[in-house]
Amino acid sequence: MTVKDLVEKFGMQAVAGEKGLGRSVKSGYCGDLLSDVMANAPEGCVWLTIQSHQNIIAVAVLREMACIVITGGHAPDNETIGKAESEGIPLLLWSGSAYTMAGMIYSAGIK
Amino acid sequence: MTAFKKSFNIKKRDFVRAGEASIKIQNILKLLNMDQKLIRRIAICGYEGEMNVVMHGGDGILTVEIDIEKIMLDIEDNGVGIEDIELAMQKGYSTATEEHREMGFGAGMGLPNMKANSDDFKIESEKGKGTHVHMEFIVSAD
Repeated sequence: MTVKDLVEKFGMQAVAGEKGLGRSVKSGYCGDLLSDVMANAPEGCVWLTIQSHQNIIAVAVLREMACIVITGGHAPDNETIGKAESEGIPLLLWSGSAYTMAGMIYSAGIK
Repeated sequence: MTAFKKSFNIKKRDFVRAGEASIKIQNILKLLNMDQKLIRRIAICGYEGEMNVVMHGGDGILTVEIDIEKIMLDIEDNGVGIEDIELAMQKGYSTATEEHREMGFGAGMGLPNMKANSDDFKIESEKGKGTHVHMEFIVSAD
């Protein structure tokens, strides 16, 4: 499954990093504590978080993630969007909870 | 002899650019075709080190040295320093502010993560003067 498939299947809003939409999503990770995510998130994952500040982009690049989903209706600031764009990390928004989205992604076969 | 050495400036409270030096180092190591797991360990250590300087360190310098047998990261800052290093190395101990915690930092995992992901870890600090973290990563021959 690609990031684009995720966006279309679950009606997420892509706000930045569209050049990365063709990336393959291999697994997932949920977390709002950046040190935990930095230490444990797998490569090629979709990362679900309520954090929306610019440091999430560096974490996603360093962990070579497929994309970031900001859940719970939290909105990224302009710096975060700009950084996601320049690093080519797809930044997706979803108004529901991380729990619900994780369940849907897991059911779709990303385990 | 060091094959490659590069330093990056890190500025106090510069959350906007925090992590950029580690991303650059990661790109260099990828170009050198280094082992992916090794690159990830170095990325974790670089990032945690950068965030420590941004949050507590005043201004600092992150230096990477790449040799045939090992890679070294040095993070030096002129910030507040650490009074009790043994306490600072404990998982879960943190002096992060409320602002840092809201951003998802301050779990007291930074220094322990750095120690766990490096092959050699040394830390020196003097209260009021600054901190120097030195880490080494062995490049395996295979």
